[in-house]
Amino acid sequence: MDGGLVGPAPGGQEAELTAGTRIEPGRSYGFFTDTTLCIGCKACEVACKEWNNLPADNLGLTGHSYDNTGRLGAHTWRHVTFLETGTRATEMPPYQSNWLMMSDVCKHCDPAPCLEACPTGALFRTEFDTVVVQQDICNGCGYCVPACPFGVVELAPEDGKAHKCTLCYDRLKGGLEPACAKACPTDSIQFGVVEELVERAEARVGTLREQGQADAYLYGTPGAPGATGGLRRLNAFFLLTDRPERYNLPPAPSRPARNARPAFLSGLATMAGLALAAVAIGVGRR
Amino acid sequence: MPQWDLARSDCILVMGSNMAENHPIAFRFAVQAKQRGATIIHADPRFTRTSALADIYAPVRAGSDIAFLGGLIRHVLENDHWFRDYALPYTNLSAIIGPDYKGPEELAGYFSGWNEEGRRYSPESWQYDGVVVPSSLAEAYVEIEGFAEAMQRLHEAPVPQDPTLQHPRCVYQVMRRHYARYTPEMVERVTGCPRDVFLKVAEALVRNSGRERTGAICYAVGWNHHTKGAQVIRAGAILMALLGNVGRPGGGLLALRGHTSIQGSTDIATLYDLLPGYLPQPHAFRPHDTLERYLEVETNPTGWWNNFPDYYVSLLRAFYGARATPANGMGHDLLPRITGNHSQLPMTVAMDTGVIKGLFVMGQNPVVGGSNSRLVQRGLARLEWLVVRDVAETDTATFWRDGHLVRDGELRPEDIQTEVFLMPAALSGEKAGSFTNTHRLLQWHEKVVDAPGDSRSELWFTCHLGRRLQAMHADSAREEDAAIRALDWDYPVDAEGEPDAEAVLREINGYTWPERAPVSAFKDLKRDGSTASGCWIYAGVCPEPGRNRARERKADGPGGPGTHLSWGYAWPDNRRTLNNRASADPQGRPWSDRKRLVWWDEAAGRWVGTDAVDFVPTKRPDYEPDWSRRPAGMDALSGTQPFIMIPDGVAALFVPSGLKDGPLPEHYEPTETPVKNAFHPGLDGSPAAPRWVYDHNPIAPPGDPRFPHVLTTFRLTEHHSGGTPTRIVPTTAELQPEGFCEIPTELAAALGIHSTDWVVLSTPRGEIETRALVTERLRPFAVEGGRPVHQLALPWHYGWAGLATGDIANVLTAVVGDPNTGMHENKALACALRPGRLARRRG
Repeated sequence: MDGGLVGPAPGGQEAELTAGTRIEPGRSYGFFTDTTLCIGCKACEVACKEWNNLPADNLGLTGHSYDNTGRLGAHTWRHVTFLETGTRATEMPPYQSNWLMMSDVCKHCDPAPCLEACPTGALFRTEFDTVVVQQDICNGCGYCVPACPFGVVELAPEDGKAHKCTLCYDRLKGGLEPACAKACPTDSIQFGVVEELVERAEARVGTLREQGQADAYLYGTPGAPGATGGLRRLNAFFLLTDRPERYNLPPAPSRPARNARPAFLSGLATMAGLALAAVAIGVGRR
Repeated sequence: MPQWDLARSDCILVMGSNMAENHPIAFRFAVQAKQRGATIIHADPRFTRTSALADIYAPVRAGSDIAFLGGLIRHVLENDHWFRDYALPYTNLSAIIGPDYKGPEELAGYFSGWNEEGRRYSPESWQYDGVVVPSSLAEAYVEIEGFAEAMQRLHEAPVPQDPTLQHPRCVYQVMRRHYARYTPEMVERVTGCPRDVFLKVAEALVRNSGRERTGAICYAVGWNHHTKGAQVIRAGAILMALLGNVGRPGGGLLALRGHTSIQGSTDIATLYDLLPGYLPQPHAFRPHDTLERYLEVETNPTGWWNNFPDYYVSLLRAFYGARATPANGMGHDLLPRITGNHSQLPMTVAMDTGVIKGLFVMGQNPVVGGSNSRLVQRGLARLEWLVVRDVAETDTATFWRDGHLVRDGELRPEDIQTEVFLMPAALSGEKAGSFTNTHRLLQWHEKVVDAPGDSRSELWFTCHLGRRLQAMHADSAREEDAAIRALDWDYPVDAEGEPDAEAVLREINGYTWPERAPVSAFKDLKRDGSTASGCWIYAGVCPEPGRNRARERKADGPGGPGTHLSWGYAWPDNRRTLNNRASADPQGRPWSDRKRLVWWDEAAGRWVGTDAVDFVPTKRPDYEPDWSRRPAGMDALSGTQPFIMIPDGVAALFVPSGLKDGPLPEHYEPTETPVKNAFHPGLDGSPAAPRWVYDHNPIAPPGDPRFPHVLTTFRLTEHHSGGTPTRIVPTTAELQPEGFCEIPTELAAALGIHSTDWVVLSTPRGEIETRALVTERLRPFAVEGGRPVHQLALPWHYGWAGLATGDIANVLTAVVGDPNTGMHENKALACALRPGRLARRRG
């Protein structure tokens, strides 16, 4: 009778309770994944597969620490990377150290190379500034796959179409926090408005450095590693304590489309040169 | 302590637990504490996902916990780091022990009172000087000549004590002598933990205890699953009490319990020797023959347990209703008697030896989870019938088809006579009910969807089984059927026959008899038969018609106070932190502003605060018993004695009664160990630990060169216990898809083993093959003067059923246990390792 279940206030959203943020079209949403808080529980992987009804990929022991799902792919949209650093420390900097774990995900890049490569318009930017594949439009051409600098997008063998994280587009439309972030027990995965997350993340780096974790830095925020080569920012960005490669992230990703104009121009130039040469040869023969 | 209260801790030692992996939701509060500046320490044989989040990782060889904790106790005592203002009044440090007591430092490893013939202790010499103290846990009765009369002296005077701590037999001096041997050098030699790391742990704990700061220890089955598990926990409790952390915000000892409602199952008494609410099951060989005699020997003269008869008679009324009459001792005469140890280990042996004919297995998978799995399977094969209720066909349900004995050709399915009934069970979302979590918090959950097919709840099954048994025995004249016929078993059911779980909770809460009006708290329960309560400690959860406090979900806001008194219902009486009188100083003032919880309000004349008070609400801090009036119960406890369930009201550092293996924790090696006991040449394992040695349960002697490595078993965050709920689900099965053994790099290199290679592990009980996971997270321990001892580790979730499979780790473990709890010793044993596979007849 009294008490009652906690629920959103009238007109409110569940995300306000679980993530402290309201989800409204027209703003940019993303993830701040703070690896220092990650305990490698993989609840994010399970929550993602449960919500998105994704099949298991593989039932084999890899022998690579506790990572048995391997990598992001058509059926694995959150993936926890494990790295045993091979030192037998007894005193460690605060938070995660010595056994690195990072929950990787689609970066929802801004601009998004996969989207730029998509000839059909299946990949589009949503009203939440996230990047989603429309399954009814995707024709499986696969151009997005090599376009992604992070190896995120993959064609599923079952339907031949491209699949990746949608940042729980359906949940966002319903005012729900994405499944992975909601399931994360230690708030290693934080969901919110990107600008607010960046602010929070920068403060977190400061705190960590004060507390003795001198190696903390952000990957994917504007101007930081990860937001390079024509990528302005990653809407899903990370706090790391070791080199990006250690987490299987590219140290300096770049946007293939950036090469399109120089490639196109150099192609034109080549063509022009060849044409000129042909003309010259023709003239010479005459 | 509540898990969320960990966020207020200044230092958290996680030991005997892989908290981040196995209690990730609770671990979020450890992470919150870290964010507020706390120091996190993990002491464990393995560097785990918990260690990765810690500030200090202390490697400790499996089975050496008491050596480590004893070292901490010594450090605190010898360097005078104990919190004197707290520990002197609130523990029994000043109590004087009788003259006949001798400790293991004097008797080559034994405590006084050892009976070699019976292989058991008499606690007579462990008593306070001139006073016999009843046990405060479950059974009060202690086998001491003239016990019932002798304990009545507690009415006459305070227990003998010397507050100056000079008396050579006061607990402080006894403990100093006992722990003098636990030097940092000895800690390093026995546990393998480098002494500088050990000292850093000690310093962190000391630094974060006192008036302004509190520390906590989180433990789980890594402490329990030993032949001395109860004593490991005791050692942790002694340390916390000496440092003044118990009963205070962010302080104390947090037992992390495994399943969602394993606490509830202990409260409502799935254990053989307990009745609901931690009341003792009547015993055939104790003075329990009549209600009067039982109450006489089982009622503590002083402290809260003096109210025991109210709870026991109310329970009998709930069991038997109108059929509880003075003529049958209010139903006491109907209750079955136990005759000894009927816990899982001897029960397994009893199946194998043909004593037990039938078995119900509900929500358990003993072929995977039980010690000595081949023995378990052998026992199952000798049963007449076996009922398995689960959400999938478990390994236990298919032992007759896929089991090891069948696979190895020892048994053929056609020769196994056991009739197996597999009954589909409903999952938690498919039924309503309550969870009681580790902090004693009851949280109600609703049914969300119908269970598929014929799946039914445990409540449905048990209720209808009871109905059928009653119908079957309705006309029986046999004496042993009287209890079934007398049972008050009238639960309302819906159209599908599903009983109303809330009606059961209302019975557990209790009501007046015969009006059946709810009681509002356990103080309303009476011994005259005018009240009923299915579990006295839960009284108050349904305090008035239409109210179920387990449903309540009002969290405190960010402004605090953070005790969340309107979120669920914590037994007893919604108290969130037990013994919270100790959060105030003897005068009743908070130890500090930072660590306020409850305190004495002189103007109001009562204890107030942000938690429900675990004390007599109006008892003044300066109250002293009037011994001339032979005070009983709470009247015999002073205003400065916060531990109200203990007869003398203070934390029992030295335990006179209730433990079967000694009044103080002492290090012994596991039953099987490659390492000899450095404390006691000639006495390796705990002498009182029961072992069931016969040809189906052989044990290797300590130091057996055939088994040179230390083996521990563990759980993964990706799987749940016996594995049934997770090994059948693709999304969890793929995360840890196959059994493996963690092997330190040095040993792997010496044996030429690489990750994913097949290896064979063996013990005297059997052999298993599994994959290798070579890792630097494990390390060789330099114990016994430098000889490295390798620590191996096996997750024990796997079996043949489901998608994620592997050999059963418990094939290797033995049926040996803790004398106090009957708990098995699966966290430390000795084994052999070799590369390769097993030759098998089938599969």
